[in-house]
Amino acid sequence: MIRFEPREHVSSTYAFLVPVIAGIAALALAAIPISAAGADVQGAFIAMAKGAFGSPFAISELLARATPLILTGLAASIAFKAKLWNIGAEGQLYVGALAAVAVGSGAIAAPPYIMIPLIIAAGMMAGGTLMLVPTLLKTKLGADEVVTTLLLNFVVLLFVQMMLEGPMKDPMGMGWPQSEPISAAATLPKMFPRLRVHWGLVIALVSALIVFIIMTRSVWGFEIRATGENVSAARHAGIPVTATYVKVGLLSGALAGLAGVSEVAGLKGYLTADLSPGFGYTGIVVAMLAGLSPLGVVAAAIFIAAVFVGADSMSRAMGVSNYIADLIVALSLLCVLVSGLFVRFKVRFVRPKLPKKKEAEEF
Amino acid sequence: MEYVDILTSASFWAAAIRIATPLIFGVLGALICERAGVLNLGIEGIFVVGAMTGWMAVWLGADLWTGVAVAAGCGAVFGLLHGILTVPLGLSQHVSGLGITLFATAVSYFTYRTALPNVSSPPRIEAFQPLDVPGLSDLPFIGPALFQQTPMTFLALALVLVVGFVLYRTPLGLAIRAVGDNPAAVEAQGLSVYGLRIGAVMVGSALMALGGAFLTMSAFDAFFFGMINGRGWICIALVVFASWRPGKALLGAVLFGAFDAFQIRLQNEVGGAIPSQIFLMIPYVLSIVALVIVARKADYPRALLQPYFRGQR
Repeated sequence: MIRFEPREHVSSTYAFLVPVIAGIAALALAAIPISAAGADVQGAFIAMAKGAFGSPFAISELLARATPLILTGLAASIAFKAKLWNIGAEGQLYVGALAAVAVGSGAIAAPPYIMIPLIIAAGMMAGGTLMLVPTLLKTKLGADEVVTTLLLNFVVLLFVQMMLEGPMKDPMGMGWPQSEPISAAATLPKMFPRLRVHWGLVIALVSALIVFIIMTRSVWGFEIRATGENVSAARHAGIPVTATYVKVGLLSGALAGLAGVSEVAGLKGYLTADLSPGFGYTGIVVAMLAGLSPLGVVAAAIFIAAVFVGADSMSRAMGVSNYIADLIVALSLLCVLVSGLFVRFKVRFVRPKLPKKKEAEEF
Repeated sequence: MEYVDILTSASFWAAAIRIATPLIFGVLGALICERAGVLNLGIEGIFVVGAMTGWMAVWLGADLWTGVAVAAGCGAVFGLLHGILTVPLGLSQHVSGLGITLFATAVSYFTYRTALPNVSSPPRIEAFQPLDVPGLSDLPFIGPALFQQTPMTFLALALVLVVGFVLYRTPLGLAIRAVGDNPAAVEAQGLSVYGLRIGAVMVGSALMALGGAFLTMSAFDAFFFGMINGRGWICIALVVFASWRPGKALLGAVLFGAFDAFQIRLQNEVGGAIPSQIFLMIPYVLSIVALVIVARKADYPRALLQPYFRGQR
């Protein structure tokens, strides 16, 4: 019989090992579908590693892919820390990008030091405002935010498609449903010539640092953690729970919106309805892999980005479907959940014996 | 008045029931899981699994009902995984469910792409045809609306009765409802909380997979990426709207189907005056509204989301 005993003290080594073990386990499990697809497993993993880390170009692609994932990962981590289940980062990312395009594609002419802060503010406000809706529906009316945020993703994507086929369609876009391009002044510059990694990465890293400071060094961070650990206890202790949810919702939505700004102004240059291949949802995996730690999010985002970029390149070389990347990402989430158990609990194998009342109470 | 004409036409109600069918499966499935105390956010991915595996079984040569059974079985396997993670291991039902959705979707897409690497248009199968019930199909209005549906719709309607009967009229149903309200009391009766919960999640997941299978084997005859398109999440909202009762679940799903069928017809009437996306948003907005309306008085199963460990009081 297997018994779980809660650990009194969770060592930081274990906390660090959990996501590492989960990532390795997910990659190992991915060997099954890769070999089922008829590919050479060892060769596939080598191709993935080369595709993700093998050249300056690969590393630039990796970091460009990690940029939105850091931001959506932060959005999920801060919300989940308060147990506000924001599954709507995908929609918040899109409204952020939409706001950035609305402001930054020629409506206002100003130098970059005004334009870039302006589109960032517009995108963050749009994302935060969108998340405010389900947050208030939760706090005022008791509607479950999981379902409302999920469903809003579909509404927002349709709204974006409507805008791109209607009022915000680029008249010079050859009839494609895309927005006008972001003006040169509002574009986030590339960090190196001929490589796609852009200053959005720095914005994402600074955001991670700010969220880290908020979570660990501020009263507000304490309120967020207390609310997430036990709402009624937090309320008893006089923590303004509703205000905490609202602030968390605003910040979480704003971070996801910032991811949209960074993608549209740093990488793509204009908005299309396929801007994000599910960055909002993948952000949840990033946050969980990071154990909801803001700095851990950076490492987790780089790992997940490596999986995507590496799998893309391996897929081209070996003909294994690049859905293998989504499979590895999903497996990492399930593996990190399970391996998390070993941090919080000691697993004891005990010989089955008749349950005694006292023992039962110990659990 | 043309809108009244729409509402009184048999073809409108036939469409409403057709649109409602996958939701009936999904809502019943989610209802069984939640009645046992387990939220199953794997639903969206399990829909994909059901749609893909049912279709693929038939495409590989199985007959249609074998395909339905394959879909249900594959759904149950993912249910088992969610059950193990959330019941004995007591992991977060939210996160595990989302993980199941990501995993189930990725497995389905990967399998489909690997089996059919170079298809330009999705291969078709010989799907379920409308069942011609002698006598009943010829009835005016009710005949075309209700009795020219495919067999899977009748299966869904029958399952409403079965689930209602089992939940409210059998000791097993009593145990399932109790395990979602007060697991300690169930254990005190000498029943296995783990067994009941995992079993309920597996059965519920099998039903969710049937909802997906209906789409590829009855409503359409092929599998498309992204074809589930939030239907699973809509079911999660409808369960709350139905206050966890099978009869109300049927009502909610058909009402939803009617709204959706109405919006499709309205779209044809209005033509290009209003962007089509506005109409396409309606189902999602409607689900949010339905959830908000009932949220305050929603009587959640009391032990929903609460893990239970053996011997805990």
